[in-house]
Amino acid sequence: MKQTLIALVEDKPGVLNRVASLFRRRNFNIESLAVGHSEVPGVSRMTIVTDEEEMLRRNIIKANLFKMVNVIDVQDVTEQSCVLRETALIKVEADSVTRGQVMDVVEMYRGRIVDVGTKTLIVEVTGEPEKIESAINVLTPFTILEIMRTGKIAMTRGEVMPRTNGTTKAPSNGKH
Amino acid sequence: MAEMKTGAEIVWECLLREGVEVVFGYPGGAILPTYDALSKYNDKIKHVLVRHEQGATHMADGYARASGKVGVAMATSGPGATNMVTGIATAMMDSSPIVCITGQVTTGAIGGDAFQETDMTGVTLPITKHNYLVTHIDDLAQTIREAFYIARTGRPGPVLIDIPKDVQNASIEFVYPTDPIDLPGYHPPAKATDEEVAAALELINKAERPVILAGHGVLISGAMKELRELAEKGNIPVTTTLLGIGALPASHPMNMGMMGMHGGSWPNHAIQEADLLIACGMRFDDRVTGNLKTYSPKSKKIHIEIDASEINKNVKVDVGIHADLGTVLRQINPSVQRVDRSAWFGKIKDWEEDSNERDILQFESPTLLAAQAIRKIWEGTNGAAFVVTDVGQHQMLECQYYSHDDPYTLSTSGGAGTMGFSLPAAIGASFHVKDREIWVIVGDGCIQMTIMELATAVQENANINICIINNGYLGMVRQWQQMFYESRYVETPIYSPDYVKLAEAYRLPGYRVEKIEDILPTMRKAQEHNGPVLIEFVVEQFDNVYPMVPAGADLHDMIRRPHPRFENMDIV
Ligand SMILES: Cc1ncc(C[n+]2csc(CCOP(=O)(O)OP(=O)(O)O)c2C)c(N)n1
Ligand SMILES: [Mg+2]
Repeated sequence: MKQTLIALVEDKPGVLNRVASLFRRRNFNIESLAVGHSEVPGVSRMTIVTDEEEMLRRNIIKANLFKMVNVIDVQDVTEQSCVLRETALIKVEADSVTRGQVMDVVEMYRGRIVDVGTKTLIVEVTGEPEKIESAINVLTPFTILEIMRTGKIAMTRGEVMPRTNGTTKAPSNGKH
Repeated sequence: MAEMKTGAEIVWECLLREGVEVVFGYPGGAILPTYDALSKYNDKIKHVLVRHEQGATHMADGYARASGKVGVAMATSGPGATNMVTGIATAMMDSSPIVCITGQVTTGAIGGDAFQETDMTGVTLPITKHNYLVTHIDDLAQTIREAFYIARTGRPGPVLIDIPKDVQNASIEFVYPTDPIDLPGYHPPAKATDEEVAAALELINKAERPVILAGHGVLISGAMKELRELAEKGNIPVTTTLLGIGALPASHPMNMGMMGMHGGSWPNHAIQEADLLIACGMRFDDRVTGNLKTYSPKSKKIHIEIDASEINKNVKVDVGIHADLGTVLRQINPSVQRVDRSAWFGKIKDWEEDSNERDILQFESPTLLAAQAIRKIWEGTNGAAFVVTDVGQHQMLECQYYSHDDPYTLSTSGGAGTMGFSLPAAIGASFHVKDREIWVIVGDGCIQMTIMELATAVQENANINICIINNGYLGMVRQWQQMFYESRYVETPIYSPDYVKLAEAYRLPGYRVEKIEDILPTMRKAQEHNGPVLIEFVVEQFDNVYPMVPAGADLHDMIRRPHPRFENMDIV
């Protein structure tokens, strides 16, 4: 299973670069990264998906993220009950003959047609990443011209999780 | 009404309030406003003009390691700033608190490839603990405060502040911010939980063959007393990392000395045979573990470490405690029980005796050996000097033959292994260390990497004794070539200038020593001189550092010096 992390980060210039650079430098692979404003002004929320399978390595990724000065909190929600969503825009070849067939598929996936051209359609599908994969598979025979995916976003179900790491521990002074 | 101050003045105001006594730097266009403002502050802050910005960072680092305070380096944009990169990476690898202040092109020019523009926050992102580009004068003072706070707390490290020229030139009504520093994402941890303490104690009190691995964290946390208490109370032998030297006196009966690639064979064997490792403020670097697959296979492991991302990084541990070491040991020590471990200590003694018989100091040699020279330096300084080493054979020999009984008396580039570190780092240290002699142990390769700082040493009359261990080779690399590349000495013989004449040219006393009996008298002369002195030791070219765990080999699989009872010595 892929690792899913939710990070709260300070909304400052360069923070996305810092996070991305950390993954590069530590040789961890980012599958997807989605970022946007959170409910708190000045704080952005990231959902990061990695392909790391091993538990110890996952903890190291989390600890490295948490160590960053601009990262306020990190939760590994891989094993938690979450709402997971991704949106894809898929441009498909469709003329007057095939348009109806494509629309049937879109219906099945509760997607929407958001643009109609003479030879193309843009389909919008939202759901768990598996659903998107499946929609892409089914649309492939119609010839897919472009795909744009947002990357996964995640939110734990139920009550807001308390901040986990370190925040309860008081600063120590490093002097000797 | 508050006084108007320029950004440049605010820099110095803030440094003063951080207690900065000395800044190591080099001017240039983009930092010129700040240098100009120095004229108003140079009765309060000393500025040392270096000869290369790498030297400034090593000096700041050397000062920081010696004093425990934050070292400060300053440079202009572009090449001035990029020259700092090696020193910043060195400080990062060894958790040394420095703040580097660099000038930057004006905010409007950023991104346009202006003259001497280099993206320094980008360049130093992976080699700083944190860095800042200050785009508005209103943020300047608070940024500097944060930078010092981040540099010295938690796991210390370098912080870079890049200040565009227009921010230095701007002015505001200056009020020094006094509210507590609030970094929502920065929380150095403090203490262990009760469960962690209980789990650690359970393992410690049950262990039959425990070993304490003492790292740099002992010194950074100031936990020498607590470490000693753990060792003595629990009757547990200690081995240190390179940067952990001084965590426990070398002469302490429980101190086995340094572990790892060129550590003692007995601590390495002890680690491999142990049933418990108590890792204190160290990070299981590959130079101390060797092959991870066969590393200490029989032991449970406790890891006390202030940086959570180090726990379980290289070695999987049974109890990981993410907290300040001294605090944790104060939590643990009261319940540590004394266990009889005479069998374990007996075993360690056997390994040690075997090693002692192979010690090179037991041999007669027609040429002066580097190990002998370093042992004499130890003797001539009563083992009480502040020693700064460079990187190579001489560095490892220092660790083996200069026994340090006090903490904070060895400064050496460990994690980065940066050649050229020692001379500037010693100059930096000389601004803090006043109660001890400072001795630099440096190879003929290393000295030539930052030799220009001799001028800085003379200009500042830095009280340092520079011992060049001249073996005519990049000795450590030559040793690898001899052992692993069939003695093909490709590009390792290295030409040196006449160091005595060079000293004369730089106007400091210079001596050459070729015989062991001349060492102490020459040292006396250096000791009597106030200011920098250079001594060249002409030593055996083909000696090696033993034992050696080849890179990636099993820790117990050391290449040993041939045993004198069975084999001839392998030096020519
Ligand atoms: C900046 C840098 N370049 C290259 C190396 C690789 N290196 C490690 S030790 C060493 C030789 C050092 O030679 P010298 O100063 O003569 O010391 P010796 O080993 O002979 O005592 C070299 C080249 C390094 N550590 N740092
Ligand atoms: Mg040499």
